[in-house]
Amino acid sequence: MPAVQETVDRVRRIDVDQYRYGFETVIESEKAPKGLSEDTVRFISAKKNEPAWMLEWRLEAYRRWLTMTEPTWARVDYPRIDYQDLYYYSAPKPKKQLSSIDEIDPEILKTYEKLGIPLREVAVLEGVVKPQAEGEEAAPARSKIAVDAVFDSVSVATTFKEELKKAGVIFMPISEAIREHPELVQKYLGSVVPTSDNYFATLNSAVFSDGSFVYVPPGVRCPMELSTYFRINERNTGQFERTLIIADKGSYVSYLEGCTAPQRDENQLHAAVVELVAHDDAEIKYSTVQNWYPGNSEGVGGIYNFVTKRGDCRGVNSKISWTQVETGSAITWKYPSCILRGDNSRGEFYSIAISNGYQQVDSGTKMIHLGKNTTSRIISKGIAAGKSQNTYRGLVTAHRKATGARNYTACDSLLIGDKCGAHTVPYVEAKNSSATFEHEATTSKISEDVLFYCIQRGLSQEEAVGLVVNGFVKDVLQQLPMEFAVEAQKLISISLEGSVG
Amino acid sequence: MNVALAKTDTGSALEAALAAARERLPAGGKVADIRRQALDAYERTGLPHRRIEDWKYTDLRVLMREVLPLAAAPDAAVLKRAEAALKTAAIEGTRRLVLVDGAFAPGLSETNGLEKGVSIRSLREALDGGDGALQAQLFSLDTSNPMVALNSAMLTDGVVIEIADGTVLSRPLHVVHIAAGAAASSMFTRSLLRLGKNASATLVESYVAADGTRTYQAHDSLVIAIGDHSRLDHVRLVEDAADAVNISSSAVTLGAHAHFNIFGMASGAAVSRYQATIAFAGEGSRVETNGVNLLRGRQHADTTLLMDHAVPNCASREVFRAVIDDSAHSVFQGRIIVRPDAQKTDAKMMTRALLLSDDAEADNKPELEIFADDVTCGHGATSGALDESLLFYLRARGLPEKDAQALLIQAFVGEAIESIANDALRDLAEATAGRWLRARA
Repeated sequence: MPAVQETVDRVRRIDVDQYRYGFETVIESEKAPKGLSEDTVRFISAKKNEPAWMLEWRLEAYRRWLTMTEPTWARVDYPRIDYQDLYYYSAPKPKKQLSSIDEIDPEILKTYEKLGIPLREVAVLEGVVKPQAEGEEAAPARSKIAVDAVFDSVSVATTFKEELKKAGVIFMPISEAIREHPELVQKYLGSVVPTSDNYFATLNSAVFSDGSFVYVPPGVRCPMELSTYFRINERNTGQFERTLIIADKGSYVSYLEGCTAPQRDENQLHAAVVELVAHDDAEIKYSTVQNWYPGNSEGVGGIYNFVTKRGDCRGVNSKISWTQVETGSAITWKYPSCILRGDNSRGEFYSIAISNGYQQVDSGTKMIHLGKNTTSRIISKGIAAGKSQNTYRGLVTAHRKATGARNYTACDSLLIGDKCGAHTVPYVEAKNSSATFEHEATTSKISEDVLFYCIQRGLSQEEAVGLVVNGFVKDVLQQLPMEFAVEAQKLISISLEGSVG
Repeated sequence: MNVALAKTDTGSALEAALAAARERLPAGGKVADIRRQALDAYERTGLPHRRIEDWKYTDLRVLMREVLPLAAAPDAAVLKRAEAALKTAAIEGTRRLVLVDGAFAPGLSETNGLEKGVSIRSLREALDGGDGALQAQLFSLDTSNPMVALNSAMLTDGVVIEIADGTVLSRPLHVVHIAAGAAASSMFTRSLLRLGKNASATLVESYVAADGTRTYQAHDSLVIAIGDHSRLDHVRLVEDAADAVNISSSAVTLGAHAHFNIFGMASGAAVSRYQATIAFAGEGSRVETNGVNLLRGRQHADTTLLMDHAVPNCASREVFRAVIDDSAHSVFQGRIIVRPDAQKTDAKMMTRALLLSDDAEADNKPELEIFADDVTCGHGATSGALDESLLFYLRARGLPEKDAQALLIQAFVGEAIESIANDALRDLAEATAGRWLRARA
């Protein structure tokens, strides 16, 4: 089929230049000395003014990490990472308190502009609230989003803190939370992803520098979407962020994260840990639009995204839902999971992973049913193009006591071109008779019949492909909050633009 | 520490066993070298355990603990017991080929009046023949799998069947593996079936124990090569003794426009594992694999299949059913690989488990590994209890609960059993399933 070859060529042509966030911000920064040792851990801890228990916790993780070996089971292939050749801490030089938008470092201003965040939002991001400008056309009504912006190793700004505080919601960088709410952090940190969990999580526990902390008190519905925007800027750095979200009894929170990085020839490591805890009747909705730099067309450069994300449905009737749109990163290694501990708890995982060029994706989820009548749903769509490898790896397991557990899994893969690969590695483990599991998966390319049907009805080739692909990923996009769904739609059209010749 | 000790212990016992096996299998220096290497390969891991991905759900260090000593060559008393066992194990209308305690038993086998184009020899004879190509084929199994390596190192005998081009065999061949030893022991066998071009045959294998047999381990392996435009129907019936271990490995290759249909049923053995690699070497071929596990008590049965689509335009179907009662454990690991040039592949895999007890366990790992874009691949996996509403429907119509359950279970496994082309063999499989259900009631 000649069309296929053309498709491959076109997809290859677009994926390098299409990365729109690959610029670098020239800004003064201070870094930890290169390399990793106990001193590095102490340096980070000291920078953050951490209490002694936190330092001890980190050191314990670091010592544990020294005894561990890097996992090799994922279907990804990369040269050995030299952990001594990285900066584990990098922060923009501290600046004075901002009171007006004019005082913002123009470089940072430009960064956010280029990232496509509108000016008003920039004002918010940088810690100043811009009054409604007179004569300015009224902006379309948008729901408020509180943002925590993490720039390399530190959080540069967190917005709407005051308004959230009124509702009782704590939303702040985790480094601040360690100082201001030690009782909460001590209680929950590492309770979902223990420091010894896996190689990258343990490394993260030792050297994490910032991330977001959210606590929603009992019975509170968080008044706005919370979001964190992760940006890697500095060269030779690793980003190790740590996010901890706790939804107390009967509360609700929706949290979004976005990620971008400059375009570079080197591979940069991003090893994050995200922990979610949902108590009785609480619900957490966690959405990710991951758009780290994917490397160039030759597979040079790009982010290694080795992330451990896990939610614990600790209370009865609790619910955790993960939604992710994965288009970036040279290598993705992440399995947002749900531990369904509370009776009647529910876990959901919606994912679209699009790989292009030489990207390697090994992603999926784990649904661990421990409580009675727990339910889970997994919808995963993988689209592989170029020379990429896209793997879904998932586990569904029902414990002996998890009577009435139910799972539905659908994982579909779409291949564009004949140089890529799509793989499915599900583990389905039922340990009691009342657990009902259904799993289905298909792999196919866009059917020529379907394309023909669309074209015959007057659509162009591109429109037809777009229609099919959007239909294919619709289940997932519907789960994203409005603002992100629009962004995700755009991302998908980038990855597939011109995919048919 | 314990693990290391266990490995060394088994290792030294194995050295002695290998020395004994060498006596039992006369073959030239080259084969001896291959076996030596196989033993080394095995000893690098020892008994596979759950940290090895392929053995995640079947940890032989826990389930088997050790490899029993090599079974002695059958004496008159053993052969007599085996003969008695044959009375129930024999299948009418088939040509019987009997292996007793890992040795070919010509006295119990029907090797007279062979159809034209058919050659049947014991493995011993075949290796004595000095045919290098045949030797290579016999040892073509992948010894990176520790249990295959162990089998290659220790094997004592087997059946070598060759069917010439154009031969259509109407009478099925029945290879009966009988354990009849008076001491706890292991038997290691390897058989081969070579089907020429434009040929067809039916092969039945069954695994049974004679009365009074002590606990045993059956380590079997089978190499199958199917020529262009040929068809092989294969039925496996694992009806080993309740305390036995059965580890069977198989490697199947298909030429162009060939057809392979296999049905396997495991109702016996305390621990069983069937691991098969099916490789397409020619275009236009088709494979149907069907399996049923009927398990109760503390039985553990594992089916691990690798479907390797290396060439374009082939189709494969996998239908697997497990019925699990008490605290039994059923494992299905199916992997479909579609290699870069295998366009127009059509592969489907469906595995379903029925859990009849709260202590039962079903583990499914249906994997797809796709490197070609113009293919249709799908897999499905379900597990659950009997459908309450169906049960209610039947009970409302006057069926006692047990009968209603039996009917539903029969229907559940029926889909896999129906795939057997040979009427008599299909009836036999249905009867075995029926017996299992009656024993439950």
